[in-house]
Amino acid sequence: MTKFLLKKSVEMLFTLFGITLLSFFIIHLAPGKPTDILTDMNPKVTPEMRERLEKYYGLDKPIVVQYGMWLKRIVRFDFGDSFSTDRRPVWDKIKERIPITLGINVLSMILIFVVAIPIGIYSAVRRYSVFDKVTTVFVFTGFAAPSFWLALLLMILFGVKLHVLPISGITSLDYDALSVWGKIWDVSRHLVLPVFVSAIGGIAGISRYMRSGMLEVIRQDYITTARAKGLPERTVTYRHALRNALLPIITILGLSVPGLIGGSVIFEQIFSIPGMGLLFYMSVMMRDYPVVMGILTIGAILTLAGNMLADISYALVDPRVRKA
Amino acid sequence: MGQHVRNIRIKKRVLPLYPLSVYLLLLLSILLSSGCRNEGNALDKSDSNNSAENSTPAYGDTIIVGSIGEPSVLIPMLAGDSASHEVAGLIFNGLVKYDTDLEIIGDLAESWDISPDGLTITFHLRKGVRWTDGVEFTADDVMFGYKTIIDDKTPTAYKEDFLQVKRAKVLDRYTFRVTYKKPFAPALSSWGNLPVLPEHLLRGKDITKAAFRRKPVGMGPFIFQKWIPGEKIVLRSNHDYFEGRPYIDHYIYRIIPDPSTMFLELRTGGIDLMGLTPVQYKKQTDTEFFRKNFHKFRYPTFAYTYLGFNLKYGLFTNRKIRQAIAYAINKQEIIDIVLFGLGRIATGPYVPNTWPYNPDVKKYKYNPEKAKHLLAEEGWTDTDGDGWLDKDGRRLEFTIITNMGNDSRRKAATIIQWRLKQIGIKVKIRIIEWSAFINEFIDKRQFEACLLGWSIGLDPDQYDIWDSSKTGEKEFNFISFKNSEVDRLLDKGRRTFNIGERKKAYFRIQEILAEEVPYVFLYVPDALPIVSSRFKGIKPAPIGITYNINKWYVPKNLQRDKLIP
Amino acid sequence: MKSVVWTRLRRNKLALAGGIIVIMLFVVALLAPVISPYNPDEIDAGGILSPPASSHWLGTDDLGRDVLSRMIYGARISLLVGFVAVGISLIIGIIFGSVAGYYGGLADRIIMRFVDIMLSIPTFFLILAVIAFVGPGIWNIMIVIGLTSWMGVARLVRAEFLTLRNREFVLSAQSLGLSRTRIMMRHMLPNGMAPVFISAILGVAAAILVESGLSFLGLGVQPPTASWGNILTLGKSNIEIAWWLSVYPGLAILVTVLGYNLLGEGLRDAIDPRLWENR
Repeated sequence: MTKFLLKKSVEMLFTLFGITLLSFFIIHLAPGKPTDILTDMNPKVTPEMRERLEKYYGLDKPIVVQYGMWLKRIVRFDFGDSFSTDRRPVWDKIKERIPITLGINVLSMILIFVVAIPIGIYSAVRRYSVFDKVTTVFVFTGFAAPSFWLALLLMILFGVKLHVLPISGITSLDYDALSVWGKIWDVSRHLVLPVFVSAIGGIAGISRYMRSGMLEVIRQDYITTARAKGLPERTVTYRHALRNALLPIITILGLSVPGLIGGSVIFEQIFSIPGMGLLFYMSVMMRDYPVVMGILTIGAILTLAGNMLADISYALVDPRVRKA
Repeated sequence: MGQHVRNIRIKKRVLPLYPLSVYLLLLLSILLSSGCRNEGNALDKSDSNNSAENSTPAYGDTIIVGSIGEPSVLIPMLAGDSASHEVAGLIFNGLVKYDTDLEIIGDLAESWDISPDGLTITFHLRKGVRWTDGVEFTADDVMFGYKTIIDDKTPTAYKEDFLQVKRAKVLDRYTFRVTYKKPFAPALSSWGNLPVLPEHLLRGKDITKAAFRRKPVGMGPFIFQKWIPGEKIVLRSNHDYFEGRPYIDHYIYRIIPDPSTMFLELRTGGIDLMGLTPVQYKKQTDTEFFRKNFHKFRYPTFAYTYLGFNLKYGLFTNRKIRQAIAYAINKQEIIDIVLFGLGRIATGPYVPNTWPYNPDVKKYKYNPEKAKHLLAEEGWTDTDGDGWLDKDGRRLEFTIITNMGNDSRRKAATIIQWRLKQIGIKVKIRIIEWSAFINEFIDKRQFEACLLGWSIGLDPDQYDIWDSSKTGEKEFNFISFKNSEVDRLLDKGRRTFNIGERKKAYFRIQEILAEEVPYVFLYVPDALPIVSSRFKGIKPAPIGITYNINKWYVPKNLQRDKLIP
Repeated sequence: MKSVVWTRLRRNKLALAGGIIVIMLFVVALLAPVISPYNPDEIDAGGILSPPASSHWLGTDDLGRDVLSRMIYGARISLLVGFVAVGISLIIGIIFGSVAGYYGGLADRIIMRFVDIMLSIPTFFLILAVIAFVGPGIWNIMIVIGLTSWMGVARLVRAEFLTLRNREFVLSAQSLGLSRTRIMMRHMLPNGMAPVFISAILGVAAAILVESGLSFLGLGVQPPTASWGNILTLGKSNIEIAWWLSVYPGLAILVTVLGYNLLGEGLRDAIDPRLWENR
């Protein structure tokens, strides 16, 4: 197991290096400079001042050198300072937003797991039943609906028309004055819609995978054997089939991390949630390279961590993997 | 706020950083930094029942202001965005400010003397003003601020005005003197809150790194309390403010990047003050609920939107073509659609009813026939019957570029595209992210026509936009307008303090611009703030409504005390 | 075997519905100029944001343009985005996947490592950054979506090639001295095409969703071109007063994506021999 972990970690580091290299070049080769935001269309800025600003940010150096400088700092976990006028360390800016984005994503993962897997199993076991058909339609619809559209409709319904849920942010204004339970209640109410919206696509996808996974497993020889041995259908389904059908799901959950993180841009913007996605969007629009790079890197690390977790769980469940 | 006397003219662009209606931000920023005109109708008539008389001022309550953008830094001289200036303006005062009639009056400076040659200004500072940490504010703080702003290492965009200063001197604890190289008409107004910093807190520190940037100490009506990034900034009232303790105890600046969400918050009581979009103003706030619970205001902003022609581009070297396009654009239609009628037609680079504004220039009333006629005179006709005008086998077409994130500009460009199509001109639109827009297109002169806006200052000096010497890379005369008479008049306008003479110069400039059509001036939008009606003491004035926010109050019986931040 | 697939497909009503939806879309897109009641770009200052009525079945937008006509023309954009983006991702994916699968060894390891890297980047972040930096526009969007969505195809093709490369017909083709490209493209690819084709259909749906997301963030096609995504953006800024701007284009996207997904899944079920119960 240790060897397995070690091998995975090395692979992960390599992948991470590749991701940063790729992202850095793509982002820095695009036209435009971050100093523009501070200086453009401002009649009081002379070309000399502009140059000074560019030098200040190290933008006058070749891109490879810039990447080298970036990498050298990154190994010490120093993401540099933001280009925006607040000039705060990038890590500080990201750090305060990670728990929010991560929290919502973890919650929606849990929701996905809890809802999608039973749906998938049941649809597979009762294939072509009314339940299967209804959930299939539901699942496909959930999968096809643009998340921001869903978010808006839900906001209008629950926030404006019914007044049962708050519509933006993650805490109320009087949050600080609330008791501990009050705070938890308050945050939960704020999180209902974002978590639901971010989970819906995943629920659709995973339940679909679960269904086909189950169908496939049910057809395998050992299941037929189990059945032939006269084991009750329940035992066959839940003891033998489920375990094997779950394996690919673990991998898929790991793989769906980047999608979830990427999707956070949209729902964080709609719900005004001060998470990483919103920060990313703002930073992109301001050409704040260090923050953009920082978030891409953190996003990649989170993704890889998700994959790693998936690999480990896979290895735990299926010993063959460890030896491979 | 009245405090940012000089920032105003510097904020020449509408921030492009935010999605969808950035327009809203523009409105809000302008409402807080410049303001409305002295025109009697500053208040929208239906809402003019802001009955301050029948209630007594009381301390307490909180005002929550909604903003699309988040401030980046709370030191005025370092801030490039309007959100930062908005909040910093409540924490810092300047030496001078504009009063409600757009006259410059003293703020931290009690009075000042200007030497007969106009080169030297001596400020006499108010005594006994304290920074909110208790240390007294003195001339040394002004000197420190001035030195910081002209320092090479300070990344500020507001240096130019202060580089005009030849000498600055602290005469005594309360007297500060500056001498200019040449007469400089906008000199006095530059001494707003940009160059004022607490020396005792910042001396020897790197201003680009100091914690002070996000935790400032000022002497204004409000004191910085806390900042939750991405969410809100909380200020509390300064009980020792030199104009008296503000009635409202807390000021919360809430960041909500989406205008529709912000509006929902307004309705559910999560916000007390925001800038409405025209559609919200017209269609969403005309209900009993809003009439009862809110007051809407409406007044022209100090900004205009224009279609600029690259005068180096072959097609647009021809004045008749530019004029034809001006005739083919229905400005009123643009105002009706983009602003729901909440704005007025622009005829030049100044807004109506300010002193430099010349009402008697050529107006280019919508006249597609005349436009076609002018084009035909230049040889552009539809010879092949495909609906587009052509000449020598070439189609009459050009591209309008504009920046991303500004809904009004996108709409205006689309309407122009449609109208020009009617007379046979093919227009393409490209919407480009701000940075690339500026670097790759505007700066490199790689554009044919651009749709942009300027927000203009209270001082009419527009040397940087129109002078022929300002056509270099990265300079603001990017359409390459060159006119020797305008050059002369611009210099005249900024080198004299005589209002009459300045006015004459700027009037003539507008006549020339109207004839030459380097820009098709489109519209001046209205600012449309809305405030919860529990706030009393609002006195709309030419500079807006929030200039006296320290005098606003909520009568005891209307206070919402549960909202303690 | 073809007839078995067809029978199974026909029996799967959902897949059939998906197929019909997709065909309808093609028809609408093709006949747009004929069936749309108005010029989709025609501005009308007198009728901005008017609700659905007999003159404008689906109402008008913020410039007074007819929403129905714009949605009909928008179908063209959604088809274009879907197919071009997926076309690009297919080309890249097939090239990488077949090279990796056929040659194996170092080439395979490098390519698969690259695939892993691409899969670990939150792609939407990258797409967003690139589109914002290079400028929005239909072609940029299609290219960027294509460039960031080929990994699944590459994996599929690689897996197929790995199993195919030791099969008799490949070996015999090799012994005949046919060129490698020819073997890969003419002999192996057609045999491994079924799952790729299905994943392409599902990819179209995904691309349409990404495009609408980009439009929503203001990075979509340039005016005056209509796309469902950018009508929805207008719907968002006017959600409380112009529900028709949100509801209809949202529904159109939903139905379209649904159509492709149902068709893709249905085909998968129909083609997958493991799922044929009574063969």
